[in-house]
Amino acid sequence: MTAFLNKYDFLFRSTKGLVLVAISMIAIVTAIFGTLSGPMVEWGIRDITIKLMGMEIHPAQREGRIIMLYHTIAMAVVAIEVYFITSIVPMRKHQQQSINATITVGYLTAMIFGLWFAYFGHNFVFHGLFLLGQSLVFFAGILLASALNPWKKEYHVMDNDYSHTKKGVDLERVAFFTMTVAMLGSAIFGAVTGSYWGNGHETFLGEDIIRTPHKTPLQLAIIGHLHIMLTLVAVALALVIGRWFDFKGILHKIAMPLMIFGTIVITLGVWSVVPFEPTAHTFIYVGSVFIMTSALLMVIYGWRKIIHDRLAELGLEKAGFIKSIKALLHDPIKFGTLWQMVFMNFTVSGVGIFLAVKLDKIFRIWPFLEERITLTGHWHILSAIIATIILMFYADISGMKGKTRKWFGWILIICSDLAFGSMTVFSMKRLFVDQYSQQSVVNWTMILTDFGLAAVLIILALFLSWRLFDLFKSEGLWKKELSNPELDIKTTSPVLSSYNLEEEIK
Amino acid sequence: MNKKIKIYIVMISFILSISNSILLNAQQYLQIDTGVNPNTWVLIPAGKFYKGQHNHETIIQYDYEIMVTDVTNEQYAKYLNAALASGFIKMVGDTVKGYYPGDKFNGFKHEFEIKAGYWTHMVLSEKGIRIKYAGGSFLAQKGFESHPVIMVSWFGAKSYADFYGWRLPNELEWEKAARGNDTRAYPWGDDFGNSHANYYSSYDVFEKTFGKLGGTTPVGFYNGKTYGDFKTNNNKSPYGLYDMAGNVWQWVGNVKPDVHYRYMRGGSLATYEQHLRIWAENNAGPDYYGLDVGFRCARDISEAIKGK
Repeated sequence: MTAFLNKYDFLFRSTKGLVLVAISMIAIVTAIFGTLSGPMVEWGIRDITIKLMGMEIHPAQREGRIIMLYHTIAMAVVAIEVYFITSIVPMRKHQQQSINATITVGYLTAMIFGLWFAYFGHNFVFHGLFLLGQSLVFFAGILLASALNPWKKEYHVMDNDYSHTKKGVDLERVAFFTMTVAMLGSAIFGAVTGSYWGNGHETFLGEDIIRTPHKTPLQLAIIGHLHIMLTLVAVALALVIGRWFDFKGILHKIAMPLMIFGTIVITLGVWSVVPFEPTAHTFIYVGSVFIMTSALLMVIYGWRKIIHDRLAELGLEKAGFIKSIKALLHDPIKFGTLWQMVFMNFTVSGVGIFLAVKLDKIFRIWPFLEERITLTGHWHILSAIIATIILMFYADISGMKGKTRKWFGWILIICSDLAFGSMTVFSMKRLFVDQYSQQSVVNWTMILTDFGLAAVLIILALFLSWRLFDLFKSEGLWKKELSNPELDIKTTSPVLSSYNLEEEIK
Repeated sequence: MNKKIKIYIVMISFILSISNSILLNAQQYLQIDTGVNPNTWVLIPAGKFYKGQHNHETIIQYDYEIMVTDVTNEQYAKYLNAALASGFIKMVGDTVKGYYPGDKFNGFKHEFEIKAGYWTHMVLSEKGIRIKYAGGSFLAQKGFESHPVIMVSWFGAKSYADFYGWRLPNELEWEKAARGNDTRAYPWGDDFGNSHANYYSSYDVFEKTFGKLGGTTPVGFYNGKTYGDFKTNNNKSPYGLYDMAGNVWQWVGNVKPDVHYRYMRGGSLATYEQHLRIWAENNAGPDYYGLDVGFRCARDISEAIKGK
């Protein structure tokens, strides 16, 4: 019984265990529901999944199913980020515990009952539970915003290397707080529209109405919601990764105000899509520039730190270009998290900007479905890049070392980028090949994409299998992690990190 | 005889026999008679139907007729000959052009102005096209006469309909003809199999023989018949129309305010099954043409009587 309780404590009360559960849940959902689309349909796998699992799939409900699936995965990703934040941003222990407990119950409820409703017959009790789960995630967000309150004196920075105001307010904490509040407001955008479901609002996918000239306010709200939520998930992860690298110094002092300002501008820009659609994009572009500049500064800092730390390990004070590059690439996990942010610019931001600039000259000349492929490719890639960064970070948290770390890191970087790059080429193929001659391009990009994604999924499966088998060991890694449940990351203000509930109650 | 040479001879004979059978099959496929006459029309009676994915009850107040199949290469070639002779269209180099009076232009965001003038109907030098122009007349490529015409712009489709006094069906007319009076997702019902229609994953005999995008099937191909070893399901709509899902996108007639796009329905050989659902649509500028884009016509009952 004690062993069981210990494992329960690890999985549901420690940061490392909670992240493991959430990643595993996403992996299971992806493994099952990923067989329902794309090449899996062509290979007949979808029919097997449907039969084996007793799914009830009606073609008219496809969009609704997909939206619920996206939401269940998104809730789990948000939960992972919240676990990271509550561990690395100083707050009281009881705050961390209540936030983590609320969001865990929330995302699991939303995931289990949302998918049950969407794919296994429409029992509306389950739909209600899906909404309840999401509401709990939202409530956890309110608790998080409260816990992150940056103006409390106890959270003022002591170390001048971290970005702060004259009064000592920690600007990194302000960035986390701003992102959280922005996310709460943006969630309301989706929730309000959702509340009209069946009462004036009809389910649709954003990419299906891109060429509709007159969109309803509810449609605009949904389009804004889906864009800003993904953006803010990326902002949150960038801030977490920055903390992992102990981002500080002059670049931190420049980057944090940019991140705060960018987050506010882009969020307000997206919110203004409903009343002021024509001008909203200007604000969105401005906000994006600030956020991307901030992330760039973080990458510069991070890579310099990787090189510096590796050279220090080798006992070198200075090194030439080649040695510096070798030092940079020595640890694919640390290099990879930042590299994926850079790579994102080629496959997501770059494509997005090109799309925006050449919209009327190129993309609106194509048939609608061709333009739609570029859009869906673009945001699927962004979501997947976010996932790879989380996986690399979690591999580090798990203490992956030696050759396993190198193989895991490089396979993740090379194969995922091969898949994302190929998908980008596929989605933009009409730029350089006509419909008649496209088949070899389609075949090759599809093969490379499938190969890349399959390789990533296989190493993820191996990684999770290792963690699963470890749970059956009495003295496994899980036990070490249970004794040291928080992320070993330097915080900007260490004052409250050691507090716990018992002490506070006393 | 040396044993190695014997083996080589057997291998080469085997390879040749395979190639021969593929060639033979390709020829056979090009001679397929589906038994569906592309010159037939069907009456769609006035009345209600359920429109779109969310099943909005909608009424069409008049009877109309619609073609049972897409317009074929042979029909289109015949029209081109007649229209060129009468001056209804003209040839400019390798391009068929015709006059269009233009659209009302509101200058809306992303709207392109469609001015009055001569617009492209079909470019005969484009790869994949199945109609040839030689010796002053148009001819459908041998073996593809009964396949749907492709590489035709919205202007070209409209011009065909106009020439005969018909029209392109509007979206409501098209949808009712495909769906009948219930809420089915596909013209034949709610179930879906890869032998129901020519789409990206159908692996039909034409796709296997001519490649993914070279594989239009003859109109009415999916009618429950078995061709060689390829068994089709009948994809007839409740009113008896074939290929209302898959094979080629079909231009519809709507001209909507604030956009220059024209709309297509029905999905195609290049799309996945979700785009074969009755409410799925595609759009492009009226001068766009593609390997998977064709059309069929509709007509009012008075025109139908005149036609008969």
